[in-house]
Amino acid sequence: MNVRVGVLAVQGAFLAHAEVLCDLGVEAVEVRQPNNLEGLDAIVLPGGESTTMSKLLVSTGLWHPLNGLLHGGLPVFGTCAGMILLGTSILDGRPDQSCFGVIDIAVRRNAYGRQIDSFEADIDTAVGQFHGVFIRAPRIEAFGAKVEVLGTHNNEPVIVRQGTALAAAFHPELSADVHLHQFFITHVAGLAPATIDTTAKGR
Amino acid sequence: MSSSAENFTGTVRVKRGLAEMLKGGVIMDVVTPEQARVAEDAGACAVMALERVPADIRKDGGVARMSDPEMIEGIKAAVTIPVMAKARIGHFVEAQILEALGVDFVDESEVLTPADEAHHIDKFGFTVPFVCGATNLGEALRRISEGACMIRSKGEAGTGNMVEAVRHLRSILGDIRKITQADSAELFDWAKRLQAPLPLVQELAETGKLPVPLFCAGGIATPADAALAMQLGAEAVFVGSGIFKSADPAPRAKAIVEATTNFRDAHILAKVSRGLGAPMTGIGMDAVNERYAERGW
Repeated sequence: MNVRVGVLAVQGAFLAHAEVLCDLGVEAVEVRQPNNLEGLDAIVLPGGESTTMSKLLVSTGLWHPLNGLLHGGLPVFGTCAGMILLGTSILDGRPDQSCFGVIDIAVRRNAYGRQIDSFEADIDTAVGQFHGVFIRAPRIEAFGAKVEVLGTHNNEPVIVRQGTALAAAFHPELSADVHLHQFFITHVAGLAPATIDTTAKGR
Repeated sequence: MSSSAENFTGTVRVKRGLAEMLKGGVIMDVVTPEQARVAEDAGACAVMALERVPADIRKDGGVARMSDPEMIEGIKAAVTIPVMAKARIGHFVEAQILEALGVDFVDESEVLTPADEAHHIDKFGFTVPFVCGATNLGEALRRISEGACMIRSKGEAGTGNMVEAVRHLRSILGDIRKITQADSAELFDWAKRLQAPLPLVQELAETGKLPVPLFCAGGIATPADAALAMQLGAEAVFVGSGIFKSADPAPRAKAIVEATTNFRDAHILAKVSRGLGAPMTGIGMDAVNERYAERGW
């Protein structure tokens, strides 16, 4: 089956996500305008500057249609700034910054400090270890009963899922490991790309 | 690593990672906390904190140095987006101070007066990532071999004139395109001519792109300028004097952010370019007294 996954491309690390998706046999579509949302099977919200992305989502006219699609069940994977956008509340954000509220989490921006505190670490997940790259990363400070914690670092949740929405505090698109994207496509979104290649390298 | 509790900071992946996050964005020069807030309000993905924008450095002359830590801290406190600051070429102590201040990116910049006529900073020794300017591919690869995590085409800062930025982008990207067509024997000659490390040239031939993001700087003054840089192949833009030396900075800043996202859509570019007031005056290259782009080795 031909699988089309959008990658929000208003600002941030969208190309790195698109490359991983292509390695998984998925057609990656850059989303900059509302008409790019047509016919998507799922969407990825990448890392970047969450304040910048939030403003551009409004000025491009993407906010309302995307909000409708996400609440209508379009599978979504948000990483770092993308996770901030998916949560229900933002701590240390800007007053004009909004979020879609599809995962019941409270997220603190830049919770680990500045860039000199950015780090790599191994993450414990239900299916083994995953190597995470945390860049000025956000932290999940509270989560609701419907939220499933799929990965932790130092006993704090860093991968969470609620229904068809998956979020990670770090950047799976920057480590050479496609398994989290693969988990999203096959298990969270329930899609089966025709040419899925489990041996593909992320970058 | 098996215990999983250990964190590794300052790795190449972590440092290049922040450059990845800034792609598709606009990094704006600011000299006060108020300007930093205007930049953040407009949607800048980062700000460059400095005492004088390049147009003023050009006008004032004299030695241009790292900014006062107090003003950098003021700007850091004013915004939540990443803050960059400039150190002089080769002035590793200015870079050490900027790292101690907790800036998110150091720009080893030709806009400041060079402190060393032969050596750039050894950037591998730092936790903070560095961006460096380049006028051609050899210069870009030499900076990457010293540990730069982002390259910006230099252009000619403080001129409001795109001609040098276009020359540098075309030179870097044109040579990359040629190298991808070269055979393995020709790569040795390319490394020699570019005065660049052979392994980086071979990697480039394989991947068809620099191993770090390529941004554009030096001359952007309008939304069309930003879109020109992006269509030529830059992955994000720096705007120095172009915003706060214009008649009405806030709407211009917002328009440049929107143009950078929608750089291929001429209808949107037409819409956001309307009614922005006067851009910075700018200067022709014949009138430029000192070429900053020639600084760097």
